[in-house]
Amino acid sequence: MANMLISEMRLPKSISNIFAARNLITAKDVLSLTEFELMELLDVGLSEVASAIAHISEITCPPYQTALSLWKRHSENENHPGHLPTHLKGLDAALCGGIPTGVLTELVGPAGIGKTQFCLKLSLLASLPTTYGGLGAKVIYIDVESKFSSKRLIEIGFNSFPELFCMKGMAEEMAGRIIVLQPQSLSEFTESLQQIKVSLLQQQVKLLIVDSMTALVSGEYEQGPSRQNQLGWHISFIKSLAEFSQIPVVMTNQVRSQSFDQISRYSFEGPSQFGDKEDPTRSDSHLVAALGINWAHAVTIRLVLEAISGQRFIKRNVRPSNKLNTPSRSWCHNPSDAKRRSSIRLKGTEVYWSK
Amino acid sequence: MEVSRLAISASTRAKLISAGYTSLSSLSTLSPFNLATDIKIPEKEADEILKLASHNGKLDNTKGTQAVSGGQTAWDMLKEDEGLRCITTSCSALDNILGGGINCKEVTEIGGVPGIGKTQLGIQLAINVQIPHEHGGLAAKAIYIDTEGSFMVERALQIAEACLSDYNDLPRRGCNANQLKRQPKDLLENIYYFRVCSYTEQIALINYLGKFIKEHKEVKIVIVDSITFHFRQDFENMALRTRLLSELALKLMKLANEFKLAVVLLNQVTTKYTEGAVHLTLALGDSWSHACTNRIILHWNGNERYAYIDKSPTLQSASAPYSVTGKGIRDSVSDHKRVKLM
Repeated sequence: MANMLISEMRLPKSISNIFAARNLITAKDVLSLTEFELMELLDVGLSEVASAIAHISEITCPPYQTALSLWKRHSENENHPGHLPTHLKGLDAALCGGIPTGVLTELVGPAGIGKTQFCLKLSLLASLPTTYGGLGAKVIYIDVESKFSSKRLIEIGFNSFPELFCMKGMAEEMAGRIIVLQPQSLSEFTESLQQIKVSLLQQQVKLLIVDSMTALVSGEYEQGPSRQNQLGWHISFIKSLAEFSQIPVVMTNQVRSQSFDQISRYSFEGPSQFGDKEDPTRSDSHLVAALGINWAHAVTIRLVLEAISGQRFIKRNVRPSNKLNTPSRSWCHNPSDAKRRSSIRLKGTEVYWSK
Repeated sequence: MEVSRLAISASTRAKLISAGYTSLSSLSTLSPFNLATDIKIPEKEADEILKLASHNGKLDNTKGTQAVSGGQTAWDMLKEDEGLRCITTSCSALDNILGGGINCKEVTEIGGVPGIGKTQLGIQLAINVQIPHEHGGLAAKAIYIDTEGSFMVERALQIAEACLSDYNDLPRRGCNANQLKRQPKDLLENIYYFRVCSYTEQIALINYLGKFIKEHKEVKIVIVDSITFHFRQDFENMALRTRLLSELALKLMKLANEFKLAVVLLNQVTTKYTEGAVHLTLALGDSWSHACTNRIILHWNGNERYAYIDKSPTLQSASAPYSVTGKGIRDSVSDHKRVKLM
């Protein structure tokens, strides 16, 4: 609504003409100026400006709804189920039913932990017919690191849903619903995002996966403000995509090692009690998610994948600077490393909600 | 005082000055008709100018005298503030250091790292403002402005259920047998939710809030989750950002005063290089940090969550542990009484 035209807001004719003459076309143009700047620019009195701003503000501001109507829309609308179940009992319970729609969910973990495997499984789940608990819809899979393997996808399918995949033509149908994009650079990625917006409107896409966000950025940009700004646009855009189409969006993120933890402290807290150099565990095992704190604020749910003595765990919303090898609470784990190769089907243990 | 400081349009001002009217005193003896014929404007406009001039002149003259219009004595303010109730955070340690909870008529900024529980605290306050009078609450409604899309309605329902079961178990002070038991959904109905998708909408909404609250007088808390998001993405002109933000802060402060409601702004964190080390600090820069009355920083201390009062004109700097549970914000499990004063 920020780009709504002033001329269509039914302001008094005289004043709306003045706005047009001064090249103030949208609400954004007007609301970025102060009352006095507007008076100078438009050459009208304070009361006219004030009433015009009030009028423009009222029209530009989004409509309200009560939380109750929001809840009703979530629970009653069958076309837009609130969650995509992961079929991992513990995780589904911790997430109130699965990966939520309309928001960003981020998977963070070291290399080889199974982020891509998890994404493959999710895209299969979304493409399954509704009778099998899936969404029966198309999936857009943005594969930045060229890790997507259709062979592996079918393999996971055969092992998790043998009865379905043995039916003739089903494997083809499932895999046919997954559209893979492989952008090579950030600008190509930006382009494909814009195309996605169009196809989301036309087609039955119910899941968007980006694997991974980090590879795009770390290759092209140095640390610094330019990187932050670049990402800023993508964050807003992907968030708005998720929101207006009410689909779940899953992105993966890598980890970086950090040798000291002062960056996780406020100045009023003073220096760390432990002393950075003396603690031997800190130097080698301090892993944090990449892409920085601005990005971390933007994702709605962060799932951290990690391995502890051969078992894989998924945790939600942990302390961002936590040493990733000392879990405070684990949500679910898979029985053994070997089984993961056949399918990511984790069994839930000790689960309760805590954010 | 000079004519150039009058709130009139540029061309009218130019006409005044070119006709020789440079100071307010030169306008004071004129009649509207004289002025109108002198500088060739309609008599109605001339009347407006004279009104403005005499109004401004008066403000100028009363400087230093006792009856400053619009002022209020400290005693009256004290009396008025005594009648205001605080909004509890549901965590007694936190309420303790805040002097009872979040204060009405004040702008409170709450910031912290991702996942520390900012949104949780926001939802908790939107529910807690509805606690009825007989349980020490305000029995009011809430406005929740969501700029990030992180408001989880399922979570709000959980917190509402927990809140209701908490105060339904307590004995009532004013016994009211006929009163129907409230349902969690009733609480949800009293939260007005705005989803804001750009900074222009954010400005527009804050401009419009005054009118909205006049129509919905029961609103006693406005929560903005978060004030930062749209101002952090895609903003190249930093001077413009600072100006827009300070204007927002002023408008919110005015709202808080006018309608005696609490304004809670959630903020994100960023890193800052001071004294030879990189530290975390709340986002939006130094000039913004002056904008809010109170500033609370949520942070991790070991594996416990702590809230620290970073800035407040009335409260002592202190920190208190809290925890985020299935029921919402609650006392920290490990320690109920320890409040560390700094």
